[in-house]
Amino acid sequence: MRDNCEPKIRIRGLNKSFGANQVLRGLDLDVQAGESVAVIGGSGTGKSVLLKCVIGLLEPDAGTIELDGETVTGLSKTSREAMMARFGLLFQGSALFDSIPVLDNVAFGLVSAQQMPKQRAQAIALDKLAQVGLDEDVAVMYPAELSGGMRKRVALARTIASDPDILLFDEPTTGLDPIMGDVIDKLIVNCVHDLAATALTITHDMDSAKRISNRIAMLYGGRIIWSGPAVEVDTSGDPVVDQFVHGHVKGPITSG
Amino acid sequence: MNFLAATGRLSSFTAAAISHCVRPPFYPRILFQQIIEIGFYSLPVVGLTTLFSGMVLALQSYTGFARFSAEGAVATVVVLSVTRELGPVLAGLMVAGRVGASMAAEIGTMRVTEQIDALTTLSTNPFKYLVAPRILAGILSLPFLVLVGDIIGVFGGYIIGVYKLGFNAGTYLQRTIEFLEPIDVISGLVKAAAFGFLVALMGCYHGYWSNRGAQGVGAATTNAVVSACILILISNYGITALFFGN
Ligand SMILES: Nc1ncnc2c1ncn2[C@@H]1O[C@H](COP(=O)(O)OP(=O)(O)OP(=O)(O)O)[C@@H](O)[C@H]1O
Ligand SMILES: [Mg+2]
Repeated sequence: MRDNCEPKIRIRGLNKSFGANQVLRGLDLDVQAGESVAVIGGSGTGKSVLLKCVIGLLEPDAGTIELDGETVTGLSKTSREAMMARFGLLFQGSALFDSIPVLDNVAFGLVSAQQMPKQRAQAIALDKLAQVGLDEDVAVMYPAELSGGMRKRVALARTIASDPDILLFDEPTTGLDPIMGDVIDKLIVNCVHDLAATALTITHDMDSAKRISNRIAMLYGGRIIWSGPAVEVDTSGDPVVDQFVHGHVKGPITSG
Repeated sequence: MNFLAATGRLSSFTAAAISHCVRPPFYPRILFQQIIEIGFYSLPVVGLTTLFSGMVLALQSYTGFARFSAEGAVATVVVLSVTRELGPVLAGLMVAGRVGASMAAEIGTMRVTEQIDALTTLSTNPFKYLVAPRILAGILSLPFLVLVGDIIGVFGGYIIGVYKLGFNAGTYLQRTIEFLEPIDVISGLVKAAAFGFLVALMGCYHGYWSNRGAQGVGAATTNAVVSACILILISNYGITALFFGN
């Protein structure tokens, strides 16, 4: 058993800019092992950038990210790549591979990274597809033939295929109808529970955030300006959070 | 400044691509698919272009040489031009248009839809999985295409020579082989391998660094074809000078 106080993910002073566009400005965030945290925030505030820094697709300009107390920022590309296996990332746009069928998409990480024999990987993939409510008929289809909700489910199956211990979800329910959104939320909760994983979810759907997470953090102006238990988000007392949660036009958040 | 940055980015891309071509893990299935795509499916366009080029070459050189009564040289001119120049250059340009464009579009779309990032998160190096097989396939397929193109081009010259210009079939063939040296064919195949490398490299590079959005992919496709064509013509001069310069 590890030291209880040590967070699974510890982010300190994270900075990331694209040219003159300062996206993250000294962001701090801790995620405890086994916890499910939702980050909320407006469009274009850098939520996806935050996830990509955590998983190592983007290199931050400044600041540190620790996993289980080990600093992963500034590591060489190769050692960073070796760390990918611990993560599962559900992309905002699903990012399924168009050129191969659904089953091979889900089995991809197992075959390619873990060198698992194809038959065994496909058996596991079918199992994971069943977990997200998809059967063999879907397994032979190509991603282009699926609806948005089905693509999300396939992407979810691919994300959990290699049993990662840190799950990152980028707007899992955006663009889905409320019923399908609810289904995906439940699937995520189940997956996180089954894998005993640590989860970091990004969303601007408040209902979804409350369903998925124990704790909610609000990203605004490149920093986490508020974080607290999911049940307290409606009564945070913070003007920015209040405006975001209740969707008021007037308040500290200005559009544009 | 922009130019310097682009040159640096291209150099490091090229270095990474080559180093991943020679280090495992390899993806033989994808390599095979790409060889079929480049080598087999380009046969019709390459065959057609070299056929008609061989034909027009026979016609032109006949009317030109007739002015100083050197019609006998037609067969030799056709076979040397086709094997040394026309075969590799035409095949290179055709493949640049066909394959370079589709590589850039495919990889560019994968970039824009975050499929390349997804590869990385699934512990798969995009250079190994996407770039290396395409570059290897380009290097391996083009010489084969050019060899077939050479034969078809010479055959085109033969058809015109024998059926239109009235050469004796046996004499025409004898003239074709008489002055042909191995170096003529070999230099053409070396060019072919170089062009195959350039087409695949440009397709992958522009796709890989494609800007976001459909417009970015469109621009990547155009740039891949144009830059591959220019590089083919420049390196064609360079390789010719290396082989026959002195
Ligand atoms: N690769 C990149 N190159 C340049 N700018 C980028 C890049 N990725 C993101 N940005 C910029 O960073 C800012 C934040 O983008 P990000 O995708 O993180 O937003 P987001 O919070 O996820 O928004 P949304 O809710 O719409 O997905 C945007 O202004 C975007 O233009
Ligand atoms: Mg986003």
